[in-house]
Amino acid sequence: MTLAPQQTSVQPVDSVTVTVDGIDVRVPKGMLVIRVAELMGIEIPRFCDHPLLDPVAACRMCLIEIEGQGKPQPACAVTVSDGMVIKTQRTSEMAEHAQEGVMEFLLLNHPLDCPICDKGGECPLQNQAMTAGRPEARFEENRRTFPKPINVSAQILLDRERCVSCARCTRFAEQIAGDPMLELLERGAQQQVGIGPDAPFDSYYSGNTIQICPVGALTSSLYRFRSRPFDLVSTPTTCEHCASGCALRTDVRRGVVTRRLAWDDPEVNEEWNCDKGRFAFLYNADGRLETPLVREDGELRVASWPEAVDIAARGLAAARGRAGVMLGGRLTREDAYAYAKFARLALDTNDIDFRNRLSSDEEAQFLASSVAGRPLGPTYADLESAPFVLLVGLETEDESPIIFLRLRKASREGRIRVQSISAVRTRALDKMQATWWPCQPGNEAWALRQIIDGPQGADALAGLRQPGAVILVGERLAAVPGALSAAAALASATGAQLAWVPRRAGERGALDAGALPALLPGGRQVADATARAQVAAAWGVDSSVIPTAPGRAAAAMIDAVLGDRKRGDADEEPSVKALVVAGLDVEDYPDADDLRRALDAVPFLVAVSSHHNEVTERADVVFPAAVVAEKAGSFTDWEGRVRPFGPAIREASSVADGRILGMIADVMDVPFGSGDFASLRAELDALTPSTTDRSAAPTVSSSTIQAPGSGYALLSTWRLLLDRGRLQEGEPHLAATARPTEAVMSRATAESLGVANSATVTLSTDSGAVTLPLSIGDVADGSVWAPLNSEGSALLGIGATYGSVVRVTGGAA
Amino acid sequence: MTPLTPVITAHWDEPDYFTLEGYRRFGGYRALAKALTMEPDAIIGTVKDSGLRGRGGAGFPTGLKWSFVPQNDGKPHYLVVNADESEPGACKDVPIMMANPHALVEGVIISSYAIRAQHAFIYIRGEVPQAIRRVAAAVREAEQAGLIGDNIQGSGFNLRVTVHSGAGAYICGEETALLDSLEGRRGQPRLKPPFPATHGLYAVPTVVNNVETIANIPWIVNNGVEWFRQFGTEKSPGFKVFAVSGHVNRPGIYEAPLGITMRELLDYAGGVRGGDGTVKFWIPGGSSVPMLTADHLDTPLTYEAMAEAGTMLGTGTPMVFNNTISVVKAVTRWLEFYKHESCGKCTPCREGTYWITGVLERFEHGAGTDPDMKLLEEVCGQIAGRSFCALGDAAATPYPAALKYFRDEFVLATHTPVDETFPPVAGYVFSEVAAR
Repeated sequence: MTLAPQQTSVQPVDSVTVTVDGIDVRVPKGMLVIRVAELMGIEIPRFCDHPLLDPVAACRMCLIEIEGQGKPQPACAVTVSDGMVIKTQRTSEMAEHAQEGVMEFLLLNHPLDCPICDKGGECPLQNQAMTAGRPEARFEENRRTFPKPINVSAQILLDRERCVSCARCTRFAEQIAGDPMLELLERGAQQQVGIGPDAPFDSYYSGNTIQICPVGALTSSLYRFRSRPFDLVSTPTTCEHCASGCALRTDVRRGVVTRRLAWDDPEVNEEWNCDKGRFAFLYNADGRLETPLVREDGELRVASWPEAVDIAARGLAAARGRAGVMLGGRLTREDAYAYAKFARLALDTNDIDFRNRLSSDEEAQFLASSVAGRPLGPTYADLESAPFVLLVGLETEDESPIIFLRLRKASREGRIRVQSISAVRTRALDKMQATWWPCQPGNEAWALRQIIDGPQGADALAGLRQPGAVILVGERLAAVPGALSAAAALASATGAQLAWVPRRAGERGALDAGALPALLPGGRQVADATARAQVAAAWGVDSSVIPTAPGRAAAAMIDAVLGDRKRGDADEEPSVKALVVAGLDVEDYPDADDLRRALDAVPFLVAVSSHHNEVTERADVVFPAAVVAEKAGSFTDWEGRVRPFGPAIREASSVADGRILGMIADVMDVPFGSGDFASLRAELDALTPSTTDRSAAPTVSSSTIQAPGSGYALLSTWRLLLDRGRLQEGEPHLAATARPTEAVMSRATAESLGVANSATVTLSTDSGAVTLPLSIGDVADGSVWAPLNSEGSALLGIGATYGSVVRVTGGAA
Repeated sequence: MTPLTPVITAHWDEPDYFTLEGYRRFGGYRALAKALTMEPDAIIGTVKDSGLRGRGGAGFPTGLKWSFVPQNDGKPHYLVVNADESEPGACKDVPIMMANPHALVEGVIISSYAIRAQHAFIYIRGEVPQAIRRVAAAVREAEQAGLIGDNIQGSGFNLRVTVHSGAGAYICGEETALLDSLEGRRGQPRLKPPFPATHGLYAVPTVVNNVETIANIPWIVNNGVEWFRQFGTEKSPGFKVFAVSGHVNRPGIYEAPLGITMRELLDYAGGVRGGDGTVKFWIPGGSSVPMLTADHLDTPLTYEAMAEAGTMLGTGTPMVFNNTISVVKAVTRWLEFYKHESCGKCTPCREGTYWITGVLERFEHGAGTDPDMKLLEEVCGQIAGRSFCALGDAAATPYPAALKYFRDEFVLATHTPVDETFPPVAGYVFSEVAAR
């Protein structure tokens, strides 16, 4: 890895001169006529054309005249050549007449249901019918009709009579998502979009087809008939689900989020997003905390803000120096920074951790050395142009769907080789034409070392040595001792770029904001006096104010609370007397029972949360926090790119976390500032990136794991994109498109476990068991895959997680 | 009177001509032996010089098409024979495959050798299982005789031939739709460029030729350019398998030099049958070419003369209609065909055929209107030259020509159903049916 700024090499482009509507213009050779016109501000009407899909020239709406050609030509499919004289509908009667003809044809069989159609008001057909259509219809025959609508999936509905057969949806499914379950069927006027029998449009990206449909043929169960476009107030936002950083547009109707669309950001999500980002937003409204709560006589009661702030401030002031902060992974960058600052200034502690998941000290060391505070990169563009990408512990489609789309795009164009070290050969790997390296969960460190040391790694080694090669590591490598050390060593040995891809939107931002025990904002080290001085100067305090004692990670904080209690020594002051817990779902913690006991045991608990949950019900003071849609903020995506957003619901009365901390700090008389969004962002931007020294990468050694005993298997698991996640609640149609909850293993493993003929298998630990349908697939021998947090497969609840040894038996428990 | 020149059809009355033995008895596979001693480029040169034009309808020079295939490009090449004869009125490829399958097979081997294809595909219309069986049998015979396979006759040339059955779509006669269908996809035409010559079957260089075109090759190779050019005209050299159908007394296959007139072919076919014994209108080669009338009976059947007359030679399968036939009805039936067969890919063809058919059906029932005549002309004008492939263009041809020559009939059909002005019974073949 190198810190040198990226070289931007400008490739010389062959250019040609063409004339469009009498204007000479010099453009790159091979450009499509329709793109040239766009550049010049000339709009040629179109339906099937989409800049990210292969040209098909099916709708014929974009017919234009090219001098020397007897017939009108489709602007979306003809590439420019030198001296070409192009006349659009503005200057060519032939083009104008041809476009009028096509528009008339398109409207023949199109129903006149604009007043009830979701697309009405934002419909390319409607708009272009106004510009290119005739004032009166000449068609007197019977219109073609179809029974309406049909479900192509639980979420996507199709009204066939509205379809203009532009094939955008089918091309998206096949070309972009790689899920070709949507196809044109029948022929002639009966041609229609459809699915196979019992083969729904099973794609994580299905919602994009609705957005690119140029008519109202595709609608979602969630939005259908809910609103008219002109009743919506739209705000550009950023997706709060994963770390892909998608630009979105959030549409609000009367103060309620009604729809979300993928917005156009060529550097990041292009024009796509995943169905979770599009449809999982109903949590915004359901089950919200509305007022502060305080505990009185063992019960939570409603309190005023001043009262709650006062109680929290007094409780935390009493515990100053013995308080910790535990955060979830979805805080905005500014809010995470507020907690990092609050912990140091108000609580006088470095006990802060945003990793409410599997984590390790090795990971913290890795993040400090290789990720925190790094400038942008590798980027999506780097992935797209990379000759070779190695995935380790990362299932792109489930954990960062836009990374998958980029890798698939590059692989479809034949520019990239993808290899994956994983226990499971997934559908995504096949769609990227990736090479699968079967690897038992827990053996990743060994596999990474094999690339340099082992004979079978020569191909990957050569790939990684190519300029531009990238290694992507997923967050579950934290569960594998030595894996992140090995990844860092491999990157420095080969010169490949290394990127860490967290699963949650807020993690990279929280890391850069200093929400880890050993890190201050900008990736600065707590142990580094210069770094502390820089931060203290930015905060306007003396550098001695910033605590120097090493902080504790979440697990150590829990141990401290429980250990104190276990000791039961009344004379010994507990080392953690108060916890501030924000945006955290207890069930996500690998040992949830430990966390619950700690939350019960800690003498003073402040919860900041948008929703009622297991933390708020144990808290002494509860503050209702704004959700993403209600506040301004930013997320840092996996690239390190800051993705700012404004409030979509401007009239919301809720308060962001930073401002809550500001109120508490004010009462505590701590020089924290008001905690308002603008000042938090300005401070954090000034602190980023850091120029202080970094710590060294971890060098945790690894050994190959022991084969599980007879009747046992190693568990590979991750969260499916669509699962029991709290933010997906309330949307049954989305949930119905989730991939099946099943246990997958190889035939050899199933046979050796004696379950090959069972329809279901039971995975059990000392704490419990889950029973799942068995599916035979490509899984590394000796291991079994099951979803971590799906309905009927809440594996953390039975104490099983990535790399656990589970007992496998046939049938139900 | 232009004499008939049976070449491909010369021995069709031999009972076993469709077998390898029968075909060989009359000189079959001698051309192959000769071709294998020639340089492939020399064969392409010969075909180029012969001036052979594609017999599938468009009349593109065959040798030129072959020369577009990039050589020494390190990619496999394919020859694909378009045997998806589905044009209304066309019936020449199926008879060739039935009566002379080995001429096709021999042509396939020589053509493959010329374009350096090691795998050839014969895509046969699915509705003619007998032709599929016969060609498959001929290929099998040729394989057993060492004419197809590895190191053919010691030449070092290897060839596999696959006979593939279509699934019943007119659009699959369009060469790129045929390639998609052959690849197992839904048959719809592809965007051109790139053309099949560089990105054809499985995206490698591919030549797609009609059955009759390929069946010409053995004779051209055997007898040479001079011999071939003695038939036909400068721009339309050679002979043609004319399949005459419709209201003639002896419908059938007449192989004659290009340039023969319809009047001569009519004579060979025994004159007009039924009606008042005159030609009302005729189509030179399938419903996709504009109709002509009795005024054009002396126009030579060549690519150039037909173009001059405002039509096309097409497949060279003239269909004759006597005066019992309503033009309105004939055009309506053709448009119903195009509406049914439009693949749906592009808007003008998909929607335009739907519209025209609806209006024409009103005319057929005497419910057309005066403005409708103009409307149909405009609609046809908005399909022709706007559609994705030639199917749309074809669908837009019957009506304008019919209106040009028989406007009165459309006017009649604004008030009287055509079954009243042209009682179907008048056109029945058997007089006893007519009597009933």
